[in-house]
Parts: sequence; C-alpha cells; structure tokens
Amino acid sequence: MQAFEYASPTTLQEALGLLGKSWGDTDVLAGGTDLISLMKEYLATPKRLVNIKGIKELGGIQNSKTGLRIGSTATVEELLENADVRKTFPAFTDAARGISSPQIRNMGTVGGDLCQRPRCWYYRQGFGLLATQDGKSLVPEGENKYHAILGNSGPAYFVSASSFGPALVALNAKVRLVSSSGHRDVPAARFFVTPQNEKARETALLPNEILTEIMVPQEGTKNATYEVRQKEALDWPLAAASVALKMKGSTVSSARIVLGHVAPTPWVAEKAQEALAGKAVTPETAEEVAKAAVADATPLSQNVYKVQLARVAVKRALLEAMRARA
Amino acid sequence: MPDYSWPPMEKRRVIGKPTRRLDGGLKASGKAKYASDFTQKDLLFGALLTSPHAHARVTSIDTSAAEKLPGVTALRVIATPGTEVMWTGQEIAAVSANTEEIAKDATRKIKVEYEVMPHLVREEDLAKAGARVKAAGEQTKGDPDKAFQEAEVVSEGSYGIPVITHCCLESHGQAIGWKGDHVEFFPSTQNVSGIGGDLSNTLKIPPTNVHVHMDNVGGGFGSKFASDRWGIEAAQLSKQSGGRPVKLFLDRASELLIGGNRPSGFAKVKVAAKKDGTITAWDSTSWSTGGVGGGGAPPIPYVFDIPNQRKSHSAVSTNCGGARAWRAPNHQQACYLTLTAIEDLAAKLKMDPVEVLYKNADLTQRAEVYRAQLRQGQELIDWKKLWHERGDSGSGTVKRGLGVALHTWGGGGHNSQCRTNIHPDGTVEVELGSQDLGTGTRTIITMVAAETLGLPLGAITLKIGDNALPPSGPSGGSTTVGGVSSSTRKSTVNALAKLFEAVAPSLGAPADQLEAVDGRIQVQGNSSKSLTWKAACQKLGVAKISEMGENNQRNPGGLNSSGVGGVQMADVSVDTETGIVRINKIVAVQDIGLVINPKTAESQIHGACIMGICAALMEERVMDQQTGRMLNPDMEFYKLAGIGDVGEIIAHLDMTPEHDKRGVVGLGEPPAISLITAIANATANAIGVRVPDVPLTPDRVLAALERRNA
Repeated sequence: MQAFEYASPTTLQEALGLLGKSWGDTDVLAGGTDLISLMKEYLATPKRLVNIKGIKELGGIQNSKTGLRIGSTATVEELLENADVRKTFPAFTDAARGISSPQIRNMGTVGGDLCQRPRCWYYRQGFGLLATQDGKSLVPEGENKYHAILGNSGPAYFVSASSFGPALVALNAKVRLVSSSGHRDVPAARFFVTPQNEKARETALLPNEILTEIMVPQEGTKNATYEVRQKEALDWPLAAASVALKMKGSTVSSARIVLGHVAPTPWVAEKAQEALAGKAVTPETAEEVAKAAVADATPLSQNVYKVQLARVAVKRALLEAMRARA
Repeated sequence: MPDYSWPPMEKRRVIGKPTRRLDGGLKASGKAKYASDFTQKDLLFGALLTSPHAHARVTSIDTSAAEKLPGVTALRVIATPGTEVMWTGQEIAAVSANTEEIAKDATRKIKVEYEVMPHLVREEDLAKAGARVKAAGEQTKGDPDKAFQEAEVVSEGSYGIPVITHCCLESHGQAIGWKGDHVEFFPSTQNVSGIGGDLSNTLKIPPTNVHVHMDNVGGGFGSKFASDRWGIEAAQLSKQSGGRPVKLFLDRASELLIGGNRPSGFAKVKVAAKKDGTITAWDSTSWSTGGVGGGGAPPIPYVFDIPNQRKSHSAVSTNCGGARAWRAPNHQQACYLTLTAIEDLAAKLKMDPVEVLYKNADLTQRAEVYRAQLRQGQELIDWKKLWHERGDSGSGTVKRGLGVALHTWGGGGHNSQCRTNIHPDGTVEVELGSQDLGTGTRTIITMVAAETLGLPLGAITLKIGDNALPPSGPSGGSTTVGGVSSSTRKSTVNALAKLFEAVAPSLGAPADQLEAVDGRIQVQGNSSKSLTWKAACQKLGVAKISEMGENNQRNPGGLNSSGVGGVQMADVSVDTETGIVRINKIVAVQDIGLVINPKTAESQIHGACIMGICAALMEERVMDQQTGRMLNPDMEFYKLAGIGDVGEIIAHLDMTPEHDKRGVVGLGEPPAISLITAIANATANAIGVRVPDVPLTPDRVLAALERRNA
C-alpha cells in the first residue's frame, strides 16, 4: 500500500475542499470494503484519503410522501433493516440481503456499493479497467465466464458490480453528486456509464465530487430484486434483475426491468418492459418477458450460461414482485 | 515389559468419551496465538517480489531504488540474472523493512527485466499440451481385450477433477531471528520437531542451533512441512539486519500461487460388467498436472481391484506453482475418476449404485467393512426411500438426487517420543515435540495421560510445539494420533510404574498390584487401601519421576495400526433453471480403529466434508493461458463454502469391538476423499446426466443439461 495523507473531515464543505482535480489525487473512503483491497493491490494509489464517515449529514435513511432518501454513508445493514424500505422498496431489501456477509453489510455503505470498482479479474490483476495486454482485450479469448453478455461489443467487458444499481435504475432513483461549486442530481440510469477508454471511469462521478445521497421517488410500484448467486455465503451474483411495476388493477401499466451483473452498467431490458405492458404477471407472461429481456444477449466464449441465468432472474423477480410480502 | 495395551473398552474412563477440545475457548476467543500473531518490539517485516510471468528468464535486476527506501534493512536477490522462472509467483527477491508496508513498497521498486518465454498453464485438453506431455506407458492386468469383448455392458465416460490450491487460513510463513549463532524460529508448520533440521541444512549451522516454537497453526493440510524458500530468505534477511527477527508470511495471492496445490486428474474411462453388476474390466487413459514436475499418478481403479485392466497415465508439465501433499494426496482424484465411472455403469445397468458397490466389494481389501458401512450409510440418509433411478426425479425445476462413494487410507502412527514428569507436589507434565493442527491433538494426548494416570484432564500439563521437547514426527499421512497416543500411553505407564514403586511400601502391597483410579493410588480392587494422588507423589521425596515412552512406526506394539475404509453419501438438490447444486445432507461413515475422542473425531470429519463440498461445488484454480496468470488468487473468486452452503452433515464413527482391537488409526485424511465423488454422483442422479468435471458450477451443470436435452 502506497503511503498517503489521511483526512477525516466532519463537514461536507471541508471534505469537498480536500478533493483533487484528477483521479489518483484523492480517494474518498467510506466503508473501505473495496478501496482498501484496491490500495493493498496498488490498483488505487491515492495521495490523499478523505474519510467521509464522520460527516453526519451523509448518513441516515428517511422516508416521506415524496420519496426515500438514502444517505450515501448509510450502511448496507441499515438499508436491510429499514422497515419502510422493506415495505415500499423491497427491491433494495432483496439486494441488501444478497450481500451475505455481515462484515460487509456492517461496514459497506450504499454509496460505496455504487462507486465500487469492477470485479473483473483481469482488472484486479493489473491489466487495467479494459483488461488489455499489448493493446488488445484479454477478455474475448480469455477466461470470461463472469463477464458481460450485454453491452459487450467492447472495449469494456466487465460487469457492473453494484448490488443496488439495478434497483435504483428500476425505481427511477437519482443520485446527488456534490462539488465545491454546487451539485447535480443524476438519474441512476445515467450515473453508470460504459467507459470507452482506459482513462474513463464506469460512473459519472468526477474526481472533485462526492456522492452524497440517493433519492427514490414514491411511485407505488410493486418491486423486487432477484439475484442468482452460486453460494449462500458471500458471493457475487452471476446475474440479477430488479423490476418495478406500476399496476392498474391486476395488469401492469408500465414496467421497469433492469438486469444486473450482465453488462458494464445496470442494463435496462427495454424489450421486456414493452412485452409486459398491459399484461398481468403470470408464470407464462413472466417466462415470455424474461425471454425478451435476454433476446439481444451476445454471450462470449464461456458465458452463454449467463443468458439463461439472467432470464431466470427476470422471471423470478417478476413473480417475487407480485408476491404479497410480510 | 510393562503392559502398555489400551484398557478394555468397558473400563475406559476418559478414552472414548466425547470430550470438548481443551483449547476451544482460547481459539474461539482469539487468545490462542499463532505464528502469524508473533510480535516483538524490534520486529522487522519481510516481503517477497514474485514473478508476474509464467515462464521467463531474468535478464537484469536493479535493486538500488528499493535499497534506498527509508526503513528497508536488507534485500536479497533470489532469481539472479539468467535464472529461468518457471511459474507465476516464483520468488525473485526478498526485502525486510521496519513496517510491512515499506517492505511491500520496496519490492515494487525493484526493477526486473525479463525475457518472456512460451508457457503452458492449462492441461485439461491434452491435445493442446504437445511436448509437455510425458507418458508413463501402458499397464495391463488380466486380459482386458477379452473381458471387454465378452462384456454384457460397457460404460464409457470422461471425467475431470481440477487443480485446487492449498488455501490455509493462516498462510505459510514464519518469524525468525538470530541470537549469536543460534536461530529462533517461529514457523507455521506441521513439523515442529523436524523443520529446524531442514532449515539448518540450508543455513549450514548445526540442527541444535535452531530453536523452533509454535503454539498453534492455522491449517496445514499437507502443505507445511519444510522451512521453504521464504523461511530461508527470512533467516538471511534477519542475519543481514543484525539478527532482528523478521516476520514474513505469504500474502493471500502468493499463498494460492506457491503454497502448494492438489494436482488435477482427467481420464477417459471404460468399465465393463455383467448384467448382474459384476465389474469385469477397466480401461483408462488419464493425465494430470501438479506444475512443472507434472502431477501424481492417481491409483486407479480406486479401491476395486478389477480383474482385467488396461491403463495409461501421462504427466503434463505446466508453468504453475508446484504440488504439495493435499489432504489424502492422489486419493481424491483416484476416487473421482473411478467411482464416477462405476456410478455411470450402475446407471446404465439401471441398478442402485449401492448394490453395485456391495456386489463388487470382494474386489476390495475390506469387503465386510464396506458392506456394513454401505448399509449403515443407507439407513442414515434414508437411501431406500429417497433413491431413484438416474433422472427419475419428478417434474419440478428442482431435482433431488442421492450419490455414494467410498475410500480407503493408511494411517498408522509416526515415530514419537514422549516424556512424563511426575513431581513430588503432584503436578504432572507430559512433553512431546508434536503439534496440534487444529485436529484436537492436545486434547487426545491429555486424555490418554489422564486415562493412564487416573487423573482428571485438568491435572495434566501438556507441553507441545517446541523442538526442545522429545521429538515427534511431522503431522502428515494421518499418522499423528497413532504416534502421539502410543508414545503418551507408554510414557505415562512407565511413569506410573515408578510412582507405584515409590508408594508400594506405604500401601503394604507390591507395586505391580497397585492401580491409579479417580485421583488415587490404591491396591487393585481395594479402595480402602489407598493414597490420594498428591499424598502418593509426596512419597517421591525431592526427586521427580521423568519417564520416556516411544512409538516406533515400524513396531507399534498393537497400540496403533493402519488401513481404514469409509463410505460417504450425499443428498443434493439441483435447481435445473440455474444449475445451482445445494447440499441437503451428507452422511460420512468412517472406520478409525480405536476412537480416543469421538467429539473431535466427528469434528474432523465435519471439516473434511466441508472441504469436500467446496471442491465438489465451487473450488478451482482458474489459469489464464494468455497471460499465464492465476486469475483467482484470492478468497473472492477462489470460492469456498460458508455455513449456509454446507447443509446437514452426519458423521458416523464406525465403532465396533473388531475395529477397536486394531488400536488407534489416523483420521485426518480418509474422510476428505470420497465426498466430492458422492456429490457429483448425487447430481448426476438428480438431473439425469453426468456433469463430467467438478466443480459443479452453474455453467457446467447447465451445459450438461443442455446436452441431455439436445
């Protein structure tokens, strides 16, 4: 781990003043469940570390008639245990439960989940975000069983690692990014981006910004997340789906269906959304919609199985969303 | 000669009673100290620079920037220019520094230039291995051609079990320092009495100049016998740093790259049988790798000595870290390659595989043991109710299946010496240069001493983990319990005989008519003529008793023996939409001779089964042929089971008077062998098709289902 300067401000303004202009100057530390590993592997070598856990206004979860606010340093465990969230936004609760390590749930934050770096093993081995050697991506001819099946025409092949990303996109959430010159509220769907070159990043966050909170509108949807994970113990999903359904009686008036862990960003399954509109969710329609969700998948040499898993995740998320919850 | 034999079953007070491990509280609370907990005021930290290339020649190495880094105390080049590096993770240089971070930073400032050379890091496709394949030649037995011609049924299949690595919770390493010409060595080892000699050979100092001490080890499984390159380099770094102790433990990535691995095993197999299930012939072409030196040759066909055989095995040399003994070396592979093929044969015959194993048990060395264990296992897992023909598992998406496999292992007792001291104040010390790998060795030694001396466990002070104590063998091959229980038995019997001599006059009876019972020394069968233990020891005056006992591996004198059988069964559910296999229940029936502590024995079986579940379902080393790297040298994608993945485990100790008579037999390895195969067989039973290669990850299971449906 490269030596670094450490700051632990108690106000947002102070924290913002400590940020740098370029990546590599400063990294923001919250739970540290990803950043510390990156630093130990010299994949992150910040000159300064700014711990934002001491800034009170960045924490907490509040529910109101207009929407849900999740502070960026609220822990995964806080989100999991929040009764309002469980009642109205079970898609988050499901995703939080999927982070099946108590240690990570207790330390890891919701903002950190959105800002964590990809788990692509070539990236983690030091071949860069785009996993290249001699200018060529290692993924298409390499070990790609955990890589993208959608949005994978290159140069990025990794999958977005965020557990909450698909639910945020499905629920039309916005994330607030604050710099010392002001703030911008970015729709979750535009927060996640597919980098086009090695210097780019996989989120819209800039080096001089802090993600301060997440705002989720009250839209009265039936929503759920379903993750396919091999292990019960801590394990990354092989595929996931979050769905949010606006109902008109027993039929779906409009649907948001978002796949996770199958593309460099949470992946909005537009064809599936269209296929479900105006229909009731039955095992048969769920199956049909799930097929539509992966119709455009372009699996790599070793990950054709993920197409099936993504399909199953959509089907099960739809059926789960319709289930009455305690 | 004194009678060292184990007390008869019905007279045992301590042995055979389920007993909590004595260091359980210390371990659960974190108070138990491991080598990697070692700390001292002037401690230095060591770090290794390892090769990023799978095959390369070092052309130049510049250490100047690293040496200038403040806090660096010593630097050693291991791979000098011209050295051919044969695997990723091979040691290039070592650094010591005042902090772990500086040491690691310093390794990154060493500039190494390599001439990269061609590598091979994958072996599952033999056709692509080219000149790296070394064939061992064909072996035949009986008349395989005739037997296959006359066969009523022939089953053919391909099977593969990959390389998995050692992944000890406590990685390999040590703290080591010099005091003059003596070395203080605190390794994480399975070999307290022997590792010092290994180190001293390389350092060219007398073995007696190396003092080894270790209280606890966080796992070894066959990978921690030698002082290793990192031990030697740490010793040299310490010497160059004025003798200050250097602590150097492998980081997780290096642990998985160079801490040793279990070789793979792949085979194309044909098995022939009569319609009634009698197995008549075996034909196999197999290959394996365990690194540059190739892999071991698994003893196939496993357990069943099929009368007609033709087999050929090849070793594939790959540019990967080397193999080390991995909890039952060669047996997991042999078991998998054999008992999957026999299960497939049973499926083809539409026979219950338990009945096929039962029927052919005469081909094994312990037919009656296996037959009884198969029946016992069937009962415990409710086999007769739950088993169905392959694939006949109902209409839902989740399919349930049962599988079986069996195994054998040697055991025996390693050479071990024990000293028992009885002091005039009544205190008792039992001393052995052995180690407790977490298996309960401390507890069973203390139980044996307590049994012999008629004392409670708390009255015995046990000293192990130091090479100044009487030597015991390395803990490998499941030989520890046999060795240390026998030497302890002999040593305590000898010490007690001396005590009897000392107190005989006071009790007015000959020494050979005394006994030690419930904290008293008494005339046999007459508790009215007795002394308390303390009063008895006071008769020693000022001289303590100090008596040795020795187990000779070649002449165990009936106290321990070798050779066990076990049967394992698995009940699994497979989600056919996701390819995820879940464990419902595991049954492990195991013969281990005389059981000293059923509780720790069962616990050891649980641990072995959990390793089997990991290897069956999720654990594999992923090598990338493009870069020559291992892509999952971590605990994130090198997947291991957690509690929720394990299901219910029933450990059944096959305790019978016949097994008991054979004395103590080791348990470390046998229960770690056949569960992988039982789970794979259960999965085939559930989904109606063989998934040829473990681990049974969703991609493999779904691909097999697709082939079935095609």
